[in-house]
Amino acid sequence: MAKTIDARGLSCPHPVLMTLEGIKAGNEDELIVLVDSDASRENVSRAAASRGWTLDGISEESGAYRIAIRKG
Amino acid sequence: MDRMKNIFAGSWGIIGVGVVIGLLAPLLQKLGNPGNMGVCVACFERDIAGALGLHRADIVQYIRPEIIGFVLGSLIAAYLFKEFRPRLGSAPIVRFFLGVFAMIGALVFLGCPWRAALRLAGGDGNAILGLLGLVCGIWIGTLFLKGGYNLGRTQKTHTAAGWMLPLFMAGLLGLLFVFPPIAGEAKSGVLFYSLKGPGSMHAPLLISLGAGLLIGFLAQRSRFCTMGAIRDFVLFRQTHLLSGFVALIVTAFVVNFFLGQFKPGFEGQPVAHAMHVWNFLGMALSGLAFCLAGGCPGRQLFLSGEGDGDAAIFVLGMIVGAAIAHNFGLASSPAGVGPYGIPAVVTGFAVCLFIGFTMREKMA
Repeated sequence: MAKTIDARGLSCPHPVLMTLEGIKAGNEDELIVLVDSDASRENVSRAAASRGWTLDGISEESGAYRIAIRKG
Repeated sequence: MDRMKNIFAGSWGIIGVGVVIGLLAPLLQKLGNPGNMGVCVACFERDIAGALGLHRADIVQYIRPEIIGFVLGSLIAAYLFKEFRPRLGSAPIVRFFLGVFAMIGALVFLGCPWRAALRLAGGDGNAILGLLGLVCGIWIGTLFLKGGYNLGRTQKTHTAAGWMLPLFMAGLLGLLFVFPPIAGEAKSGVLFYSLKGPGSMHAPLLISLGAGLLIGFLAQRSRFCTMGAIRDFVLFRQTHLLSGFVALIVTAFVVNFFLGQFKPGFEGQPVAHAMHVWNFLGMALSGLAFCLAGGCPGRQLFLSGEGDGDAAIFVLGMIVGAAIAHNFGLASSPAGVGPYGIPAVVTGFAVCLFIGFTMREKMA
């Protein structure tokens, strides 16, 4: 079960900061990030890619985006 | 329309939007807007405050259609691409005061970050001090962000609540049509107009409105933000938004050059003063307030258009801040800083630092 980062209701740069913190912690190979704005969805995807992580998929559930990212 | 695909979210998208703003701003100046002020969010909100009589500085009174266009253009884009999300509740009172002091700082410098860029592109060397101050203020803001500063989560709200600022803007546009300027008259119905000074200089209404709508639409799609440009570079070494800001400056420089609007120097620049320390510190205060509030004044307008009630409160804070700045002698003029400009900047820093140090929230 991948760790989930709940960044719903937060505006940037917080979702990106939280995602990068999760990546930096180094003990996860997969992360789920929840955001609820399109700008945050784009920013989190972009930030993960810049750290060499792969975007596994984005799904929409109850007005929020569930972004799955994977190391490598 | 597939909302997952946003062509403006890519590098060329944000650069393209910077180029469009860099083209339109000098053209608006050519068509009548004040010098190096083709578009200035702070100055134009200040002019709106004046037109409504919230301050009575008679040279800066005009309902600027560009500002109305920014909000409504963003609203149209948000609806078209299903991104209108009414939300609010992230410490609105704090955002109000950040807006007030962001405006006071901007009026000590005489311009928002957009105008700082346009002043540079027009050859105004004082803008270098302003931009350095902006970077410094944002850098201080990033230290707070790294330390856990956070104004908290927003909540979903009624659609109509998200419409409040767009409706206010539509109301201003209505007033402008009902009470148009009358040649030689300083008042038309409930609106004040300037007979001289920057407030009397403006491009034709429909052109200003059209340019505003186009910029609002594109900026909503691309998330264009001058504060974010610098913040993301400082925080993450990310150059995405920065490329748009740089594209704006380069394009505006080229257009100014060809229109004969590029006049390098420090003295005698339009709507500017050469008090370097206060140009630097004014914009540093603004930069810090923008960073703590999460967006430059333009971005706050675009967010308001997509239903962000907290951004709307920031906008109202800026308009009230403009009224305070001109009523109490805080705003600068080409002669230099106002009689109370310096203590106002000091107070602004004290307030922003208080907010930055005290408002932390663990989110993880």
